[in-house]
Amino acid sequence: MAVGKVTFTKAERDKLAQVLWLLNWISVVTGVILFSLGLFLKVEIQKRREVMSDQDILYVPHMLITTGLVACCINFLGGKICYDSVDTTKFLRWKLVILPYIVCTFFFTFCVLVGALTCYSIRNQLEESLFLGLRNAMRYYKDTDMAGRCFLKRSMDLLQIQFQCCGNGGYRDWFHIQWISNRYLDMTSSTVVDRLRSNVKGKYLMDGVPFSCCSTFSPRPCIQLQVTNNSAHFNYNHQTEQLNLWRRGCHQALLDHYTGIMQSIGLIVLVIWLFELLVLTGVRYLQTAMENVLLLGDPDSESDGWILENSLAETARSNFNIIKNLGKCYQVDDDPNINIPTATEREVPSRQVQIPVAS
Amino acid sequence: MALLKMKFPLQRRVRLAQGLWLLSWLAVLSGAFIFCLGVYLKTELLRRAEVMDNAEIHVVPNILMLVSLASIGTNWFAGRVCQDSLDTTRFPRWKRFLMGWFAVVALLCSLLVTAVVLSYALQGRLEESLKVGLRNGIRFYRDTDVPGRCFQKETIDRLQIQLRCCGNTNYRDWFEVQWISNRYLNFTSKEVKDRVRSNVDGRYLVDGVPFSCCNPESPRPCLQYHLLDNNAHYNYEYQTESLNLYSRGCRQALVDYYMELMNTIGPGVLSVILTQITVAVSLRYLQTAVEGAMALDNPEDDSDGYLLEKNLKETIQDIKTYFLILYMRNKINLESDDADAAEKATAS
Repeated sequence: MAVGKVTFTKAERDKLAQVLWLLNWISVVTGVILFSLGLFLKVEIQKRREVMSDQDILYVPHMLITTGLVACCINFLGGKICYDSVDTTKFLRWKLVILPYIVCTFFFTFCVLVGALTCYSIRNQLEESLFLGLRNAMRYYKDTDMAGRCFLKRSMDLLQIQFQCCGNGGYRDWFHIQWISNRYLDMTSSTVVDRLRSNVKGKYLMDGVPFSCCSTFSPRPCIQLQVTNNSAHFNYNHQTEQLNLWRRGCHQALLDHYTGIMQSIGLIVLVIWLFELLVLTGVRYLQTAMENVLLLGDPDSESDGWILENSLAETARSNFNIIKNLGKCYQVDDDPNINIPTATEREVPSRQVQIPVAS
Repeated sequence: MALLKMKFPLQRRVRLAQGLWLLSWLAVLSGAFIFCLGVYLKTELLRRAEVMDNAEIHVVPNILMLVSLASIGTNWFAGRVCQDSLDTTRFPRWKRFLMGWFAVVALLCSLLVTAVVLSYALQGRLEESLKVGLRNGIRFYRDTDVPGRCFQKETIDRLQIQLRCCGNTNYRDWFEVQWISNRYLNFTSKEVKDRVRSNVDGRYLVDGVPFSCCNPESPRPCLQYHLLDNNAHYNYEYQTESLNLYSRGCRQALVDYYMELMNTIGPGVLSVILTQITVAVSLRYLQTAVEGAMALDNPEDDSDGYLLEKNLKETIQDIKTYFLILYMRNKINLESDDADAAEKATAS
């Protein structure tokens, strides 16, 4: 009882082969799209590598890149096979290759699906990585004279300006960090010394934020220093003042940005997966139809095509038996056809060859 | 003595027609490309329209867009002529349009050259326009409660951040303007009262700049206020400090940006002009060769193609005589009309 049996006339087989040839070439293009999506994602992640604590999530774009390249090769081969399937003599070339090809493509489409699903599941890892990365970036904001950390100030400032965000969870994160280097603090001044002494770890903490936290939408000039002190500024109430600084934390901003990118990429990859599955089904039908035509002998006759020859349960059982028997390959069993040498066998006399010597 | 005469056997005529058909479609595509460039330039100019005093510079993208649309039409027409050129029955109907076509193409090419020349010539006017626009923007920076000016602050802040510039010529422009609104000044404070009184116009001027002038490349946290006072900040000397604020003025930044844009568009426009001239010259050869072939007994024989039937001097002479005859004829007509009118006047 075959699964999905369809009868094909010669004309229908030819049409199927031509359509599949075209679809395979479209799949090569989608493979290129997959590759470029992976590349784009990699570039986006690399752009903000300074605020990510680990680059492990690079496995997602790497997977997309390899899948895209493999898709191009597989579909190119598929296109060649479909092109030759119109002629039964040319199809014979591919007869041995086509079944392994279909099995490989089936597992490959499974990889594409896994790629699409990882795009949706990456959020937790990204959240953790961004939180730690941003915390470090803020901690080393003042270290513009230390090698390896000297560009963190610039990166953090540009990040806050571009994404319109401030701090990790909010602007108050800057109050817990010394973001002004000691090089620019007058240690002889009493205010500075008092502030340093009042802190347990000797850090210069203040209720101020860097200039990059200032919002461009504020109607008044930016208030960066003494943000929580209402009396320090005229007509100012920090509880009601909404527009002065960016309210959103950079953690949320970056997370939203990357999740948005990944979701769109995931959607496109899902569509590509469905398309690949369609092409694979078509190639399977073409393969079975062509093989049945070869069995029947007459290239112009009708033939059947199917997805599976027997029902799903029977196919699973027969495959399982094949795998079981593979394991018995090297065991000696009571097969009467195997020749076991015994001592009663006659020796084969060896012939002696005389080489005539010329005199 | 024809100008640049060439022999055209049948095969060469066919090749010329085919090549020209392809070239005319290439010219259509390049016309579309110039249209896109024109649209891009116009949108970039419109984006910063708030800091421009007048819209004179818009003539450059406007010319580009109009000319490119017209060139798409003319090149499509050239393609149609090519398609019909080898068919002796269909070609004659295009014959009378060709003179007009050459005139239109000459006009379009000259307009494109004008656009390129204007893009350089109007640089001074652009700078003037930006100077006035930016001056107003800085002056009205604090008027976030005045309708019509409430977005100047956001515009100027966004401009300074994106273009990495400060003020009109440089950051000192902010010292001459009161950019902090009176709404946020405590007029009971002595310091504020002194400062306002010390100024002739009663303005609150500070040696400070808005936060959007701050340079993220600076190794130290941004210093916005008391910029000319070395004692106000630790380890600070304003004469040697170069990284704290953006050193470039916004006028210079914008002029540089737009000049760079027009410099990249310039070569594209010049190559389109060259393509158009090539199409025109090839079409002229095709026209003369096909017309010559049609006049022969055997249309498939060799014929001559040329740019001008006679040499340049004789052609100019011919054109002069043509216009002279036209003028003479008009004059005679006018005189006879006057004579008729005079007769009627005396008769009545």
